[in-house]
Amino acid sequence: MLSQLFKFHGGVKPASHKDLSNQAPIVTAPLPSRLIVPLHQSIGGTPRPVVAVGDRVLKGQLIGEADGWLSAAIHAPTSGTVVEIAMHTRPHPSGLSSQCVVIEPDGRDEWIAHGPADYAAMTPADICSYLQRYGIVGLGGAGFPTHGKLTANPKVAMAELIINAAECEPYITCDDRLMRERAEEIVRGTAIFRDMLKPQKVIIGVEDNKPEAIAALCAAVTALAEPFTVVPVPALYPAGGAKQLIRVLTGKEVPGAMRSTADMGVQVFNVGTAYAAWRAIGHGEPLISRVVTLTGNVRQAHNVEALIGTPMDELLRLASPNPDTDGIIMGGPMMGFLVPDETAPIVKTSNCLIAHSARLFPPKAPEMPCIRCGACARACPHELQPFELYWHSRAKDFGKTQQYHIFDCIECGCCSFVCPSRIPLVQYFRFAKSEIWAREREKKASEEAKQRFEFKQFREEREKADKAEKLAKAAAAQAAKKAAEAAAAAGGTVAAEAPAAAGDDPAAAAKKAAIAAAMARAKAQREAVQAKNTDELTPQQAHEMAAIEARRAAAGVSEAPAASTDSRTE
Amino acid sequence: MDILLAIAIMALGALVLGAALGFSSIKFKVEGDPLVEKIDAILPQTQCGQCGYPGCKPYAEAIAKGEADINLCPPGGMEGVQRLADLLGREVKALEAEEKPKQVARIDENTCIGCTLCIQACPVDAIVGAAKQLHTILTQQCTGCELCLPPCPVECIHMEVVPETLDNWKWKYPVVSIHPASPVASPEKEAA
Repeated sequence: MLSQLFKFHGGVKPASHKDLSNQAPIVTAPLPSRLIVPLHQSIGGTPRPVVAVGDRVLKGQLIGEADGWLSAAIHAPTSGTVVEIAMHTRPHPSGLSSQCVVIEPDGRDEWIAHGPADYAAMTPADICSYLQRYGIVGLGGAGFPTHGKLTANPKVAMAELIINAAECEPYITCDDRLMRERAEEIVRGTAIFRDMLKPQKVIIGVEDNKPEAIAALCAAVTALAEPFTVVPVPALYPAGGAKQLIRVLTGKEVPGAMRSTADMGVQVFNVGTAYAAWRAIGHGEPLISRVVTLTGNVRQAHNVEALIGTPMDELLRLASPNPDTDGIIMGGPMMGFLVPDETAPIVKTSNCLIAHSARLFPPKAPEMPCIRCGACARACPHELQPFELYWHSRAKDFGKTQQYHIFDCIECGCCSFVCPSRIPLVQYFRFAKSEIWAREREKKASEEAKQRFEFKQFREEREKADKAEKLAKAAAAQAAKKAAEAAAAAGGTVAAEAPAAAGDDPAAAAKKAAIAAAMARAKAQREAVQAKNTDELTPQQAHEMAAIEARRAAAGVSEAPAASTDSRTE
Repeated sequence: MDILLAIAIMALGALVLGAALGFSSIKFKVEGDPLVEKIDAILPQTQCGQCGYPGCKPYAEAIAKGEADINLCPPGGMEGVQRLADLLGREVKALEAEEKPKQVARIDENTCIGCTLCIQACPVDAIVGAAKQLHTILTQQCTGCELCLPPCPVECIHMEVVPETLDNWKWKYPVVSIHPASPVASPEKEAA
């Protein structure tokens, strides 16, 4: 037992409603009429489909191949025929679609050949790629590919490995039932994570409202002789938040800007993830099913082991919902959402379906103005100032929201829960966050567009300059050729001048050479022309000529006198 | 004597301060116009020329000189106008043209004849292709400026609105829905 537990700030104690569903054992859900398996179920790249429409697939067969390092494979949950690879509604608050593989079960539920992995012979890198190929992702809610968390930061010694079994949200009991019934496999899965990360100690944190689960885990730990500590933590929402659980168990505060808790020597996995990892390594079963709590406005609330891809409405029918059910909440009442389309399938991160009714969840009274009571700030487990965030989000002053650390908000809903004015604070924060992300994307795109535009302009300028230079060179070559010809024709004088004139600038030199050549040609022409009728001049003509010459001289026209007057003299 | 000393001290002070000012005006000289940069950072960089200037930078320069109004950029939208008004201390004005959702160009591959005219028109080099070869648009890079539409001799380019996907979906602004008064609070009951 740990000597000391710590406290996180704030937190709330909503009515748990867990006894609705935690009494009955987990039941395997019957095969649904069809399975809609979304390809994108975890954070990271979207797996590529590796089957075609019409293919027969076996249970556990790979249907989506991991795309890149941060991505996990997708498998067929049962044997059957691929009838469609198309867009289907995702269990997402937007109600948008994504690519899904639709399988029609053949009812035989025939496994692909599988068996336990040779764990002793596997290197850590092998295990990482094995878990990726077996589609293991975090089952706590975020769906982060597990192999991505199994590489320890070489610079920081791993102090604590924490298995998150707090399950703090009301109504949800899937982890509770899993621990009661399959504790041994959870401990075996935890041992795999321990072997990978080599932490100094391993702590399994369970909220103290699950005494049976704690007893079962303790028994399993003792039976397997593992040095793990099972620690009951006080039931206080959101003790199951990774950062809150780290705080409670170790007293360490996770800095807001830290991307991975591995950088401070702590790693947290959900208890269901440990179970799934053991099923993959110890039995060779990929992640194709999970335990889902069916509860809320139903007559037989219980937990089922459901295949990934089972339509939600079909699954909830197993718990016989009351006739006044008017919707399905996926997740808990604090952080879950009302699914826009009830035919959407469950995915790897769907831990709970709550039948919604106006009786169980009465419509919220209208939002009232903020009275600045500060109740939200006292409840916030991250010590944020939700009322400040609210004003700035409401005013769309997103710079200010970032100054107040909106991205540290885990959207746990404590602030909305305690608000006496019933302000949907988390909705405002989600709005602000997604606006900030969209702006970041836009800014990046415009930055890129600017760069491309400037480069295009630069390129066009360069091309123009290149072309001008080429033309000048060609002209110079042409002129030099002509000059050489002219020089050859006119004799040495010009030829001597031209190279002298050809100075530093080739274009100017070419121009000069061309002018010189033209002048030389003109001179040569003039010299070639002789006045033919100046031999027999009458005295009158001679007198006239002299007068003209005198006038010309007076006007300042100085030209070769002999050649200029021939037309007049005739 | 005192008055002379006072004048001398003041003159010395003026000299020193003047020298400091002169020095700093040379040392800390700002190259270019920082205001143009700031305006340019607000503009969406679509380089579409819808403002009447050949690109975002020339428009930013015109705004900085006071030659152009701040409401000429349709891709920037009303929000862009708002931000420019905040930056420049000018009045917010309604946008000259209509605001459109973000679009990207798309080439109908069956009609394209490979004339390269659109490639030359694209301000951000978002079209690839060669003479007599099929052209295509790099959707990621397309700014939706529509400059490739007029040069196309076979009108094979059209604009498509960017669809909402899970990657670009946004949470909406919380809107309080107004319901009619419930029957519990109806006047008959109150009267009774």
